[in-house]
Amino acid sequence: MNRWSSALPDDALVQRIGDRFGAGLQESSDFRGDLSVVLEPGALVEVARYLKSEEGFDYLLYATAVDWPAREPRFTVVWEVRSLANKTRIRIKTTAGMPDPHVPSLTSVWPAADWHERETWDLFGITFDGHPDLRRILMPQSWEGFPLRKDYVSFGEPVIFSDQKLEGLEPDAIRG
Amino acid sequence: MVKTDIAQEPIGPEHEPETEWMELNMGPHHPSTHGVLRVRLKLDGEIVRDADADIGYLHTGFEKSFEDKTYTQGITFSDRMDYLAPPINNVGFVSAVEKLIGVEVPPRAQAIRVIMMELARVASHELWLGTTGLDLGVYSGFFYAWRDRDLALDLNEAYSGVRMMTSFTRVGGVAWDLPDGWLDQLQRFIDVMPGRLDDFESMLTDNPIWHQRLEGVGVISAAEAIDAGVTGPVLRASGVNYDVRKAFPYCGYENYDFEVPVGTNGDCYDRYRMRVAEMRQSLRILQQAVDNLPSGPWITGDRKVALPPRSELSKSMEAVIHQFRLVSEGFKGPVGDVYAFVESPRGELGFYLVSDGTNKPYRMKVRPPSFCNLQALKKLVQGVLVADVIAIMGSLDFILGDCDR
Repeated sequence: MNRWSSALPDDALVQRIGDRFGAGLQESSDFRGDLSVVLEPGALVEVARYLKSEEGFDYLLYATAVDWPAREPRFTVVWEVRSLANKTRIRIKTTAGMPDPHVPSLTSVWPAADWHERETWDLFGITFDGHPDLRRILMPQSWEGFPLRKDYVSFGEPVIFSDQKLEGLEPDAIRG
Repeated sequence: MVKTDIAQEPIGPEHEPETEWMELNMGPHHPSTHGVLRVRLKLDGEIVRDADADIGYLHTGFEKSFEDKTYTQGITFSDRMDYLAPPINNVGFVSAVEKLIGVEVPPRAQAIRVIMMELARVASHELWLGTTGLDLGVYSGFFYAWRDRDLALDLNEAYSGVRMMTSFTRVGGVAWDLPDGWLDQLQRFIDVMPGRLDDFESMLTDNPIWHQRLEGVGVISAAEAIDAGVTGPVLRASGVNYDVRKAFPYCGYENYDFEVPVGTNGDCYDRYRMRVAEMRQSLRILQQAVDNLPSGPWITGDRKVALPPRSELSKSMEAVIHQFRLVSEGFKGPVGDVYAFVESPRGELGFYLVSDGTNKPYRMKVRPPSFCNLQALKKLVQGVLVADVIAIMGSLDFILGDCDR
């Protein structure tokens, strides 16, 4: 099982974040050698800046979100970064609630987050405050709804049939 | 160099009241976009001032589809994303599931995975050589590259029955053992390829036109490459020695003797050199895998995740129950989230899997290398000539199926 364990940063890292940011660090976990920290949205950018400049996490892997409709706040937003020199990895999580989910953008810390955050906005409808160019990236600009939310039904795209355009006429009346 | 001088002049219509920038649409059906990509270029004469890549034309919602399918069913989605290296996607997907549920993969299965992945790497880089040459005017190279890539696809077909969408992995191993005579066919491939690569290199590596088109074009420094999040040969061409196979060995890559080629200049020519050198290294790995192929089972004996052998079904009631459970509802994973990653021909391909304890992924986020590399296009093309955009796009080796998912 431990071919992944070289990716495990030491527990001291969580300790250092906790010491420095206090309540900004809400939770940390270590599952299968993957270290995750849950941060308070207000402390997110500061912790990210600390991780990059002092802990050497220079490479952003991805950013995404997970939708938990039953939870409050509903969305978990995830960034994962790596230190290329130390071969360590840490997953940064924060939460965002309905009706207008928004979290700070980390593009000012890791420029590579640009497209990943755009994609998260596109598919989950989470606003990243401070993102330079937040618009849809995979879906058409005119798309309505956020496909990766759990309440967005697969294959649920509305289809307008030609006879439905004629208001006031029953389909049978058109066919005669 | 003329290009850099122009790039450093004060730019923008405000400095030249008589002129305005032209907006040019490249794609979505431009042959050099390898898939369906639209790039909006802002042009100042022949000089590109800005570019905006419009992706998503091949977005098919794989991440949403994963949520509706069991872990075993999801394997067939994974190889349809990066359709030029399907075996690597298969392995990436199942390694996320294996990491989540904690299954050991037998050594023979790991070796078969390595063989299939390295074959895919050679095939993908061959195709890249052919199509990028085609973009830049080396028409004959395309036919040679296609001929050589077909040898790898023949091996795919002989093993899995399918030339491209192999879907050969299962959680805990691979679906089938190698068929009779397959290793001989693979040995012929390993023997014939170095000569063919030499032929290819004699056509391109010292070709003055190839040099002129690629050298000093699309330069990105190591620090910029890390900031932009590029990965794979593009990152290594800039001098960053990072390859998942070396940094975080999986499938027993730590037991193979190979080198990771690293460039110095970070230009299109270095990216070309990286890929040719990687093919030679892949052939080395293949030879070692053939020589040291372990015997034994090719899938785990854990009946909770792997189907029982057909011979047991007529003898054992338990085997029938396992078969029924696995086929009808699959297996469940523990609650948690994991990130597993492999080295695809385009860079680090990652799968972030969130499980809520059911038999399906609650969320499967793919970290596609093409997406990350294409993000750097805007930075790379500023200040170059329009014709160089083609060379730069080619050198990034993005696959839109992988990028858009």
